[in-house]
Amino acid sequence: MKLTLRVWRQKNAAADGAMSTYEVDGISRDMSFLEMLDTLNEELIVKGEDPVAFDHDCREGICGACSLVINGDAHGPERTTTCQLHMRSFEDGDTIDIEPWRASAFPVVKDLVVDRSAFDRIIQSGGYISAPTGSAPEAHAAPVPKPDADSAFEHAECIGCGACVAACPNGSAMLFTSAKVNHLNVLPQGAPERETRVLDMVAQMDEEGFGGCTLTGECATACPKGIPLPSISAMNKEWLRATRKVGR
Amino acid sequence: MNHSSAYADYTTGEPLADAKAPDGPIADRWDTRRFQAKLVNPANRRKHTVIVVGTGLAGGSAGATLAEQGYHVVQFCYQDSPRRAHSIAAQGGINAAKNYRNDGDSVHRLFYDTVKGGDFRARESNVHRLAQISVEIIDQCVAQGVPFAREYGGLLDTRSFGGVQVSRTFYARGQTGQQLLLGAYQALSRQIAAGNVEMHPRTEMLDLVVVDGRARGIVARDLITGRIDTYFADAVVLASGGYGNVFYLSTNAMNSNATAVWRAHRRGAYFANPCFTQIHPTCIPRTGDHQSKLTLMSESLRNDGRIWVPRAKGDDRPPNKIPEDERDYYLERIYPSFGNLVPRDIASRAAKNVCDEGRGVGPGGQGVYLDFADAIRRMGRKAVEEKYGNLFEMYERITAENPYEVPMRIYPAVHYTMGGLWVDYDLQTTVPGLFAVGEANFSDHGANRLGASALMQGLADGYFVLPSTINDYLARHPHQDEVSAEHPAVQEVVAETEDRLNLLLSVDGDRTPDSFHRELGEVMWEFCGMARTETGLRKALERIPQIREEFWRRIKVPGAGEEFNQSLEKANRVVDYLELAELMCLDALHRAESCGGHFREESQTPDGEAARVDEEFSYAAAWEFTTTGGAPVLHKEDLVFEYVHPTQRSYA
Repeated sequence: MKLTLRVWRQKNAAADGAMSTYEVDGISRDMSFLEMLDTLNEELIVKGEDPVAFDHDCREGICGACSLVINGDAHGPERTTTCQLHMRSFEDGDTIDIEPWRASAFPVVKDLVVDRSAFDRIIQSGGYISAPTGSAPEAHAAPVPKPDADSAFEHAECIGCGACVAACPNGSAMLFTSAKVNHLNVLPQGAPERETRVLDMVAQMDEEGFGGCTLTGECATACPKGIPLPSISAMNKEWLRATRKVGR
Repeated sequence: MNHSSAYADYTTGEPLADAKAPDGPIADRWDTRRFQAKLVNPANRRKHTVIVVGTGLAGGSAGATLAEQGYHVVQFCYQDSPRRAHSIAAQGGINAAKNYRNDGDSVHRLFYDTVKGGDFRARESNVHRLAQISVEIIDQCVAQGVPFAREYGGLLDTRSFGGVQVSRTFYARGQTGQQLLLGAYQALSRQIAAGNVEMHPRTEMLDLVVVDGRARGIVARDLITGRIDTYFADAVVLASGGYGNVFYLSTNAMNSNATAVWRAHRRGAYFANPCFTQIHPTCIPRTGDHQSKLTLMSESLRNDGRIWVPRAKGDDRPPNKIPEDERDYYLERIYPSFGNLVPRDIASRAAKNVCDEGRGVGPGGQGVYLDFADAIRRMGRKAVEEKYGNLFEMYERITAENPYEVPMRIYPAVHYTMGGLWVDYDLQTTVPGLFAVGEANFSDHGANRLGASALMQGLADGYFVLPSTINDYLARHPHQDEVSAEHPAVQEVVAETEDRLNLLLSVDGDRTPDSFHRELGEVMWEFCGMARTETGLRKALERIPQIREEFWRRIKVPGAGEEFNQSLEKANRVVDYLELAELMCLDALHRAESCGGHFREESQTPDGEAARVDEEFSYAAAWEFTTTGGAPVLHKEDLVFEYVHPTQRSYA
């Protein structure tokens, strides 16, 4: 396959960026999207040009590092991570636009690499169960009903890639935050910190400059792990309950 | 710098003994050691700084736990977030001797299975401790909210893995590593918020600072600005993972690398059993030269999938057109009692053998079928989907084939490294004050790791072992003098690091870092992969220094050092692969026996199984660095088996 790539190039956080055009040839349909970019970069290096910087690591769709907006869609046309997108989803001769996540809370570091540390700070504000090592009771001391365990798992699948924020017209992080709140709040182990968790995480999310939620649902459509949209309403309910109970 | 000379040979130095392992009955040793270890008064702990490199299962759990105990932790990862370490990709599960199934499991059986699975090349004391701690890990993770699979009664579910006949593997669908890692990451996040952990993401360790014979800090590069900084501490913990990426194609993450352990090795830490690498039997076969990495399909699939190839050579009919009696379910045929669940090394070699016979399937004949047709008939498609849905989906995404309808095609790939930095029972390396945990050390898996045991070992080391043993070192070396950046030893290591990066940037040749990495990987896969011979290894030992020499002549790294520069990161990692690869081949050459994942064709039983030579090789080989390309020194640590008698492993 022969393709035209229009790629966002930006030297660093302070510099202005712009789209640059590249041609790539000899692309196999079995390549992953990132292997296609590897091919481009190998050519650029040999020519002495700066290769395109992008985040990637496991290339199995689980680490959450890769993060590209492809033809306007977070992670591209399939419901998966960019690393699991294959070139068979494109046609010979296509022109493909490749941009970084666009959100004010995710500043660009270089080219297609953005700073997602705001997500870490949301988790630090309460996305955990306080259980210091050694303090745990026997694992079977408290059975967890299967539906609750399954619901916790469904939300815990979030890989923290940020596609939800990139897809949202408001740049909101509600789906990311609600995934963690629901994972932990549905479990009996999470009950003691149930109210402070949701209040603190939502407050941190606002402080990081993420936008508000208007339930457009783009986030859940872009999510490669299928975190469901009702996750957000469940968190809103948790938040209302907590404000009443704690009186903040 | 001398980049070209080949290993003349090696010399043998003083034998090595594990001075920290206590005597007495094996079940009491861990208690004994914990009692003998000196403690640090809780009020004094905040005065001690501990550096932790890496945030995977071992590093994340160690950082969180040390901080909970009151130490000041300074932690590093090259990823943009500690949540992304490659432990996250572990699929199948974590072993624990809970015996919830009442199927005859016990701490002793897990200990026995692990020593046997490792082909009698691991330390009994360490493995027994691991089995003991396994049960606490499950408790700890459940308390953190890790959503393990559960039965309808609300209790935890388990499944079976290779090399064992009990069901002791706890799991969270095909994402067990992710869920355990998020548990450790969340515990770590709590400590970061509390100010007890100073976290440096996107920062890569490039060298170790040793002052007056003790590990006192690291040199690290900020991957965003390119700035080289030094960080100092009272002890350094390496949790930087394994070195499978020496092979270029592996199931490791693209950026997983060996620099931290290799630089520590160059500063005095012995490297043990580097040739013990695990080739995982069930990976998706490669599709072409563009391939950047290989993807694992969890071993748990072997619970229900059946592995086969056509009976006849060159049978290229589609799989569903090959009648039952013309198929060879070779694992079930050769190993009737373990069947498809033989250990990984055995399953991988068997796949290689049938492909070498010309009975492989798919492009290039480099594949075997993993077939779920029987499982779907037996359990129904829905049950199969419930158990393996996400793996089937991943397979289909990569291959564009639907495994519910046609059998998966799989082939072995490099997955894990049992070798690593030599550590004593306290997980301390031969450099005082330098510890290694998780896959970075060599301690528990011998010559072959059993499935679902890497997660167990990483978390055992990080949550329970290191936080108990590091106290002893810190208590015996209280309030050391501050190290300053002006210390000559520090200035020297910083200058060396800067020189190396500057040299990489200045060669301005015509080949990319990846092209060298790929070339090295091909040499390693051919000569130091699933089957090794003296002739092949000697060829590799000749070839690697040539590649190294060419590397320093022709490498091309665009851009500058003081900026975000992924080519520079990569080139610097390849420098270390090019040295480590040589040691791996030398270790494989010197160990003229087959054991576990190390298969020397010269040493096999009449039916083609690995033949150990216990009289000669019942030791861990710990290598001491001399110079680049220079003959290293071999220190042998004799392995003593008091509880599990070494036998020829039998899974038939």
